[in-house]
Amino acid sequence: MVTILPLSVQSATVVKNGTRLLGPVDLSLGETGLTIVLGPNGAGKSTLLRLLHGLEKPAEGRLRFAAPRHETYAKQAFVFQTPVMLRRTVLGNLTYPLTAHGTKRAEAEKQALTWLNTIGLAGHEQQRASQLSGGERQKLALARALIRAPQLLFLDEPCANLDGASTRDIERLILTARAAGTRILMATHDLGQARRLATDVLFLHKGQIVESGPASAFFDAPQTPEAQAFLKGDLVL
Amino acid sequence: MAEIWQGITAAFWLIVTFDADLYEIAARSLLVTCSAVALAALIGLPLGAWLAVSRYRLRRLVIALLNALMGLPPVVVGLVVYLLLSRSGPFGVMGLLFTPWAMIIAQVVILTPLIASIAHQSIRDLWAEYHDLLISLHTTRSQRIKTLLWDSRRALLTAALAGFGRGIGEVGAIMIVGGNIDHVTRVMTTAIALETSKGDFALAIGLGFVLIGLAVAVNLALHMLSGTEVRDRW
Repeated sequence: MVTILPLSVQSATVVKNGTRLLGPVDLSLGETGLTIVLGPNGAGKSTLLRLLHGLEKPAEGRLRFAAPRHETYAKQAFVFQTPVMLRRTVLGNLTYPLTAHGTKRAEAEKQALTWLNTIGLAGHEQQRASQLSGGERQKLALARALIRAPQLLFLDEPCANLDGASTRDIERLILTARAAGTRILMATHDLGQARRLATDVLFLHKGQIVESGPASAFFDAPQTPEAQAFLKGDLVL
Repeated sequence: MAEIWQGITAAFWLIVTFDADLYEIAARSLLVTCSAVALAALIGLPLGAWLAVSRYRLRRLVIALLNALMGLPPVVVGLVVYLLLSRSGPFGVMGLLFTPWAMIIAQVVILTPLIASIAHQSIRDLWAEYHDLLISLHTTRSQRIKTLLWDSRRALLTAALAGFGRGIGEVGAIMIVGGNIDHVTRVMTTAIALETSKGDFALAIGLGFVLIGLAVAVNLALHMLSGTEVRDRW
């Protein structure tokens, strides 16, 4: 099986309408772990995830996967902060990534039903996805991302605006995916969640990675004034 | 006012007595327009979707042109199709002029920009919603187009119905290329024009009411079959 990781990023920037939103960024993403991307609003967390996933093109610099670029797309997945539901049934949403890439419908439905059991939505197959609650939609979006067993999973604040029970369910799914060997990069605002899940941390401020390292070191002894202020709950200007 | 009342009465009697001419004309109207709508939808829907998902230099110009073509004067279309299909025209050898086929071709030319433009507007909005997801799922352009067409199928039904509405009421182009020949190319609209020119306003209005009834019936039937405007539907 082709392995797409490690991923290395060299001096990458994202520029939109003449404004630099991110970078220059240098980082290396190993084959295992769960990296939490932290930072205040507008720090560039989502832009970084979108850049690494290929939803944004670098204005400068480059990204290099361990495999040729065209082989990397099928081995990544992205879960958006606001889950995008196809105007189909729950089952239709879950089978879509499989059937779009050549899996027979019967086989896709079999796999989808297994996932619906896992995420607690068994019995909702024929319900329209738009009728699900926010937490159920996000679980469905996560299952849709995981159904093709990606090597690299990007999560853009997947628990924003969710209640405690839904957040717990999502975190369980994330940890299960990590245990199964999926490399995860997740942006979050929630420091408690970051402490619960992170193996290492990237801290962004004004489009730059100002601090990175193992989660324990970051939370116990942050090195930069911005990270210290952020962890204390102060405004980071 | 008397003509309108006489028209309603005439329409009623034409229907209940199963007037053979009326049913023949109505059937031909439906055949021509439904065929034209089907062909125009076959061209216009994928074209609208392709325009929504594609990015190229002249995109705005093409969309503006397509919107402008929605207002194509039917008489001009009829004239151009007439010249193309006439004996001295490039397609004259096919012998299509003054046949229902010529009427269908003229209507396809009129309806395709309308259907494509309405489809483009619906699909563009859905594409804005789906864009990141479909890119993230690494779908090909043809898969994106198929997904957008399928998921916006109810909005596209409206586009097809708008095409049907324009087609069933169209008279200028089909009069020129069809010739309003009795039992061959006469349809509801050309029959109404003929009766009006003969001064038989009551029959003309009667046929008009039947035409309106036909258009409403087709719309209702399609809405019921596709389950639109039902609770819990998109």
